[in-house]
Amino acid sequence: MTEPAPGSAEPVLRVADLHVRFGGRRGVAHVVRGISYDVHAGETLAIVGESGSGKSVSTLSLLGLVPQPPAQVSGEVRFGGRNLLDSSEREWRRVRGNDLAMIFQDPMTSLNPVLTVGRQLTEGPELHLGLSEADARARAVDFLGRVGIPSPERRMDAYPHQLSGGMRQRVMIAIGLACDPQVLIADEPTTALDVTIQAQIVELISHLQDELGTAVIWITHDLGVVAGVADRVLVMYAGQFVEEATVDDLYADPRHPYTHGLLGSLPVLGVDRPDQLVAIAGLPPDPTDLPSGCAFHPRCPYQLDERCADEIPPLRDIGQGHATRTFYEVPDAAEETAS
Amino acid sequence: MAAPDTMREREAGAPPAPAASSRTREVARLLVSNRLALAGVVVLGALVLLALFAPLIAPFGINEIAIDRRLEAPSAARPFGTDQLGRDIFSRVLIGTRISLQVGFVAVSIALVFGVILGLVAGYYGGKTDDALMRLMDVFFAFPAILLAIAVLAILGPGITNAMIAIGIVYMPIFARITRASVLSVREEVYVRAARSIGAGDLRILRLHVLPNVAAPIIVQTSISLAFAILSEAALSFIGLGAQRPDPAWGLMLAEGRGFIQQAWWMAFFPGAAIFFTVLALNVVGDGLRDALDPRQKSAIESRGMVGS
Repeated sequence: MTEPAPGSAEPVLRVADLHVRFGGRRGVAHVVRGISYDVHAGETLAIVGESGSGKSVSTLSLLGLVPQPPAQVSGEVRFGGRNLLDSSEREWRRVRGNDLAMIFQDPMTSLNPVLTVGRQLTEGPELHLGLSEADARARAVDFLGRVGIPSPERRMDAYPHQLSGGMRQRVMIAIGLACDPQVLIADEPTTALDVTIQAQIVELISHLQDELGTAVIWITHDLGVVAGVADRVLVMYAGQFVEEATVDDLYADPRHPYTHGLLGSLPVLGVDRPDQLVAIAGLPPDPTDLPSGCAFHPRCPYQLDERCADEIPPLRDIGQGHATRTFYEVPDAAEETAS
Repeated sequence: MAAPDTMREREAGAPPAPAASSRTREVARLLVSNRLALAGVVVLGALVLLALFAPLIAPFGINEIAIDRRLEAPSAARPFGTDQLGRDIFSRVLIGTRISLQVGFVAVSIALVFGVILGLVAGYYGGKTDDALMRLMDVFFAFPAILLAIAVLAILGPGITNAMIAIGIVYMPIFARITRASVLSVREEVYVRAARSIGAGDLRILRLHVLPNVAAPIIVQTSISLAFAILSEAALSFIGLGAQRPDPAWGLMLAEGRGFIQQAWWMAFFPGAAIFFTVLALNVVGDGLRDALDPRQKSAIESRGMVGS
């Protein structure tokens, strides 16, 4: 596999001005508000945000898995020279699993309990690669081995309940990668696992990613996981990106108050000052009733510009791929808590 | 072609038992540990064997008339006695087993196939499709079962084939409802979404991911519906809309025996007993199956089994 060159080459996937709205009795919930990003071959992009920030919905819509109605999805998801959002259901089916694949959060529920592991692993290759049963099985065994499942031949006939959580997530990864997709969307794949298993899964995905040249969109609320795997990080709040940076820049030099808050609320091993753990005050906004101006301003400890409450700040490029959605520079004092 | 060979080897080499069979075995074990259900299974098995070999076992032809031996009480030669035409009731009840089981099987198959398909579609697609299909099923439900069957037979005309169709139609809504209810919860499962995320279409998802996960309640309902279908057939034959003379259907024999109840109780008693035991056995097996297939009840049964032994 050639080394990916982020930034220079044509991106594999380009998301432009993606909006997702849900129409309900309580009004329209605008959960994704115009997000744009590129995914380059082989890179790892992390989307970080708390529950309800719209990170999962935005990625589900990349696969056409957000049911419309009730949702309305608009914008552009450019893949292979076309806008996927214009696809018919039939075209979507050809994309899913084959070009873009997904791993879900909870491995305990994402495998069908009544089918063998093998049956579920051969499904994708049979659908997309037109393989015979025997070939699909051989491929499945190969992938089970690659995700580190011992004696994969035997495990093919196992049922999900016979496997541990970590094993099941490995199976899910094998299912996701079995058709050699160009982009793998990992929706908090480690959240439901033990910490020790988490590290193994993170490592496994990065390893396979190098081996197969797959780009990974890693969705998480855990900045600790992001630090280990991501090339670039997008911080999402209330359906918008508030900061975009390389992973090193983000940790060393966060520019948005929300990112400061996230980093400040991260426990650090070996630091004997648990009182230093800072929670972000308040709750994420209700997507049917977003605050005026910057969506974060009601919770923001700075609000250093008079426009904060009235105008939505633009995503301001501050050089070297680093961008932040603020009107002002966050004072240095705050940065120290983060570093 | 090496792969199929290795596959066969693996199967022959018997790796740790695959769970499909171990699950089936588990259900079978629970069913057998429930003594009542076991008795039901034994009775049902005996009935099926009797139905299969009835022509070999039956000592007389079903329509072998012997006017000189009419209304004879049960004896060694004629264990169930004879009817008003001197026909051997034992032979007739025996052959009647075939009719009852066949009607039950065909009628429930009709109900099962159409009901499950309707339930899958309604539950999976939801919305207006669901509303339309389920309101239609509600209309069927609004009529008492036997009345609806009579109405269908009034349109189709009496006869055993039409009775099967009528009973099938009557029991279809139950299957549709049960299937839909289970599908409503299964379709929200992550594994269904995961299947869609690898590009599976609706048909594939329904067949491979939804149907196997809603099978348990459907299996239980099948067994219970068999009992009711047999009962319905007997009722329809009794009132003359099902099997026609001189077929030895239990309901029909019951109707004929009714007129002779004072002189020859055995004419009505034995067909009635046959219906009773068949329906009872099916009900008991149905209950046992429900207990064995429902994980929430598993512990209760296992403890019951412990107390019993």
